[in-house]
Amino acid sequence: MIYEGRAWAVGDNIDTDLIIPARFLVTTSPEELGRHCLSGLDPSFAGKVAPGDILVAGRNFGCGSSREHAPLAIKGCGIACVVAESFARIFFRNAINQGLPVVECAKAKRIREGDVIKVDLDSGLIKNLTRGEEYPIAPYPKFIREILSCGGLIPWARGKEA
Amino acid sequence: MGMTLAEAIIARHAEREVAPGEFVEVKVDGVLANDITAPLAIQAFRALGAQKVFDPARVYLVPDHFTPNKDVKSAEQCRIMREFSREQGIVHYFEVGRGGIEHVLLPEEGLVLPGELVVGADSHTCTYGALSAFATGLGSTDIGYAMATGRTWLRVPHTIKVIWRGRLRPWVMGKDLILDLIGRIGVSGANWCALEFAGDLLPALPLDDRLAIANMAVEAGASCGLFPADEAVLSYVSGRAVRPFQPAAPSPDAAYHQVLEIDVGGITPLVARPHLPENVVPVAELEKIPIDQVVIGSCTGGRWRDLSVAAQILRGRKVHPEVRCIVIPGSQRLFRRAVEEGLVETFLAAGAVVSPPTCGPCLGGHMGVLAAGERAVSTTNRNFRGRMGHPESEVYLASPAVAAASAVLGRIASPEELRGGR
Ligand code: SF4
Repeated sequence: MIYEGRAWAVGDNIDTDLIIPARFLVTTSPEELGRHCLSGLDPSFAGKVAPGDILVAGRNFGCGSSREHAPLAIKGCGIACVVAESFARIFFRNAINQGLPVVECAKAKRIREGDVIKVDLDSGLIKNLTRGEEYPIAPYPKFIREILSCGGLIPWARGKEA
Repeated sequence: MGMTLAEAIIARHAEREVAPGEFVEVKVDGVLANDITAPLAIQAFRALGAQKVFDPARVYLVPDHFTPNKDVKSAEQCRIMREFSREQGIVHYFEVGRGGIEHVLLPEEGLVLPGELVVGADSHTCTYGALSAFATGLGSTDIGYAMATGRTWLRVPHTIKVIWRGRLRPWVMGKDLILDLIGRIGVSGANWCALEFAGDLLPALPLDDRLAIANMAVEAGASCGLFPADEAVLSYVSGRAVRPFQPAAPSPDAAYHQVLEIDVGGITPLVARPHLPENVVPVAELEKIPIDQVVIGSCTGGRWRDLSVAAQILRGRKVHPEVRCIVIPGSQRLFRRAVEEGLVETFLAAGAVVSPPTCGPCLGGHMGVLAAGERAVSTTNRNFRGRMGHPESEVYLASPAVAAASAVLGRIASPEELRGGR
C-alpha cells in the first residue's frame, strides 16, 4: 500500500469536534460530511483538498468524541491517508475500521504544508519528495494490516464468514 | 503473573490469560448506541449481512443527543433508531420522556454491573468504570459488529494506578479530582491505557462523584477508568441489577505501567480553561472572569449529587442578571425526584431554566448553544474549541459547586466567595 500526495499540516490535539463539529452530525453520508471536514479549524479546508492529498498532524490526533463521522468526513473530502505523531485510541480504530490508513510517524512535524510525500506502508517509510528526506513509520500489527487490506472491518468480517 | 482490574475483566471475557499490548477477541455483556451513532452502527450491522442482534436484552439504544428532536434531520436519525428497536425487539430502548442521558441512565437502570465488559458507540462509555465494569467507547462500525456478534476486539491496555490519599476539602468534588489528574498527566497522558483508582479516600467518595471521575477518564486518553467493586458499588447495584454478576478484583502482585500517588487534601475547587481539559487552574488563582452562561447537567455533572449541591448554593439566591443558568437533570427519574424534593422549585426561583434530560448544550446541539465571544462555565466534560457552539465561544469546565457559585456571582467563582457560606 503506497500513497503519494500533497500534505496538509495541522497541529497537536486535533479533536473530533474540530474535524466534524456536532452540528453536522445529522447525516451519515461521507460526501456531505466531507464538505465540512475540519471546518471547526478552517471552514474553507474541504474546498481546498484535492483527491489523494495527505493530512499530517502532531500529537493525539482525533481525541475526543467517538464519532465515526470523523474518519468518514476525512475520507469524504478526498484525503487518502493521515500521518500523525500519535493518534487517540478510538479515532485510530474507527479509521482502520473504515479503511482509512492512519500512520504513526515520530517525525511527522518535519513535513510542511504543501510538501509532496510518499507513504509506503510495505517498506515502513515516508519519503518527503519535496525535501528529499525519509522518515520511518511504526509498522502495523498483522491483525490491523489484514483489516486495512480488506478495506475495513466490515469487508474483513464478511470475508471471515465466507 | 498478577492482573490489574482491567486485565482481570478482559481475561475473563477473552477466556484466556492476557497481557498488555495484546490484541484479543472478547465477548461483551452489553452494547450501547445513541441517536448520533446508532444510525451508522445500524448501517454497519446491515452491511455485515446480519439479521438479528446477538441478544435483544443486551443492546441498549438511547436517543439523548439531539432529543427531543431538534430539527428534521435529527428526527430522521431518531426514527432510524426507533424503527430498528421495534424490528429487533430491543428490550432497553428508552423513548423520550422515559429515558435520559445514556451514561446517567444505564447505571440507574442496573444495566451495567461489576465485572462486566461493555462497549458503547460513545466515548464516555468509560463512565461505567465507576461500577467496576470494563467499559469503553468504540466507533459505530465496531458497535454494528458487536450488536451482530456479541463480540469485539481490543488491545489490552496498560494500567496506570492512581492512589488518592487523605480527605477532601469543603466544596471539592469528584469533578475536581479528575480535573486535577488530567491537569497532571495531560489529555493524552493515559492514551491506550486504563486508569485504576485506589487509596484511602475511596470509602468517602460518593458514587455520583466516582461516575463523574470515570466519565472523564477518556479526557486523559484512557480507554476506561476503573474503581474497585467496594461497598458503595455493591450497595448501588443491589436492587437495580437486571442480571446476576460477578465482580473482579486486581491481584496484589499486578504489574502497573505507572503509579501516581496524590494527596487530595491539597486540591481546591478547579476549572479547566478553554480549549482543552488539561488547562487546569485553581479557581482561587483566576482573575475576575465574567460569564454569559452556566450549564449544570450532562453525563458528567447532571446526577443527583450534582443537582443537590447546585441547589444548596442556589437556594435563596438569584442567578446574576447577566447570566443564563441552564439546569438539566440527567434522567427522567432524576427530574421527577428533583420536582418532588423541591430542587426544581429552587432552580426556578433563582431564575434558572430547567430543561428536560438531554445532551443538548454539552455538544453544542440545542438548549443553550453559545454565540461568538460568549463564555460559559459548564459541569460537562469537554471544552474543545466550538464544542458548545460558535468556534469563538469559550467553555470553562467545573464542578456543580463552582458552576452554581459562578451563576450567582456572574463570574467564575468558588462557593467560598458567597456571603453567608453554606
Ligand atoms: S452529555 Fe455530553 S458528553 Fe455526555 S453523552 Fe451527551 S454529549 Fe456526550
